[in-house]
Amino acid sequence: MPSATASQTIGPFWHLLEDKAWADLTRFGAAGERIELTGRITDGSGAPVTDACVELWQPDPLASEIWDGFGRAATGAHGEFRFVTLQPGPVPLTGGSNTLQAPHIALTIFARGLLIHLHTRVYFDGEALNAEDPLLASLPPDRRATLVARPDGPGIWRLDIRLQGDGETVFLDI
Amino acid sequence: MSDAPFRPYAPGSQPPLDAPAYRSTGLRHPAQALVPLPTGHTLTERRAPQFSAQRYLEATDLSRTASGAAQGERIVVAGQVTDEDGRPVPGVMIEIWQANAAGRYNHPGDQHAAPLDPHFHGAGRVFSDAEGRYRFTSIKPGAYPWRNHHNAWRPNHIHYSLFGPGFAQRLVTQMYFPGDPLLALDPIFNTVPDAAARQRLVSAFNLDITQPEWALGYRFDFVLRGRSETPFETLLEQD
Ligand SMILES: [Fe+2]
Repeated sequence: MPSATASQTIGPFWHLLEDKAWADLTRFGAAGERIELTGRITDGSGAPVTDACVELWQPDPLASEIWDGFGRAATGAHGEFRFVTLQPGPVPLTGGSNTLQAPHIALTIFARGLLIHLHTRVYFDGEALNAEDPLLASLPPDRRATLVARPDGPGIWRLDIRLQGDGETVFLDI
Repeated sequence: MSDAPFRPYAPGSQPPLDAPAYRSTGLRHPAQALVPLPTGHTLTERRAPQFSAQRYLEATDLSRTASGAAQGERIVVAGQVTDEDGRPVPGVMIEIWQANAAGRYNHPGDQHAAPLDPHFHGAGRVFSDAEGRYRFTSIKPGAYPWRNHHNAWRPNHIHYSLFGPGFAQRLVTQMYFPGDPLLALDPIFNTVPDAAARQRLVSAFNLDITQPEWALGYRFDFVLRGRSETPFETLLEQD
């Protein structure tokens, strides 16, 4: 059987697909604890990545008629992205363990210069479950911090993403 | 089991993040190794959003707008989406985007001195059917220059984005055309290490898909990552 089709870069012109409304996951009427998730993406020289496609996926809350759990945002002239979504709850572990994964959101980054997309996660500072989360616990503290969003105003969470170099974000092999 | 974890990518089947011949990878590839998720912690990425064709409407004819037909060679592209075990994957949302026949994207960032076409936008969306099959109509995209190196030209290509039933199956790729002399010179195409995997990015001219007096047909199949069959996690999940 053939292996999975090879990835190729999304390139600089993927905005032909863009619907800016997709950055608001609550657009179909989902109710709950509404939050903003924002950040900047920078490259190995600290320059903003202005042509990235950021995708957000969260299986919690569970999908419904008014909630896909999915969003997409383009980065702007300063590398910034912004989503409106619902605060996720804890995610169960598979494997019969009683431990819960701390609440998190999956982010995927596509861009010119990325031949295959990058997967990362966003956790939330101050969540009690962070201390026991197995992924966070597996990382040294400085790297762990790259996955933890911090409050940036009421209902606003901020997590900057560094593709390369000092403070490089933890990207996942999934 | 629909929540079973995904197999790792086959060696050589995917391009590296650091590919010096493709200059834009230089400052954008992570320098640190990717971090594996601990066993049992992959649930988020094994699941995926389910897109409904009622909400995410199909647009299966890129070859015209309401006001007229696009310039260029009309084509039909068709094929099948399967997983690595050869099972058809139904309900996959496939997004499509491409340059016009002159090699120009309808995008403010594209400054190539080639004409825009008022009857070509260049974006589409289609869902795979119950057998994983898909089909759309478009025009053959033109080659275009880029600044990667002196006299660099991208081969004719169509961009795709696919959403499978697991987020770990997410696929963004490009489809090329058979016999294109630019393929041998293209740093992006040639980043795929395995020659067979690379050649599977090249569509095949197909006379059965070709429509008499109307459009040339090309076949292009997608393969999404398969789920693991004997994995530790699957066994544990039966607890
Ligand atoms: Fe392109």
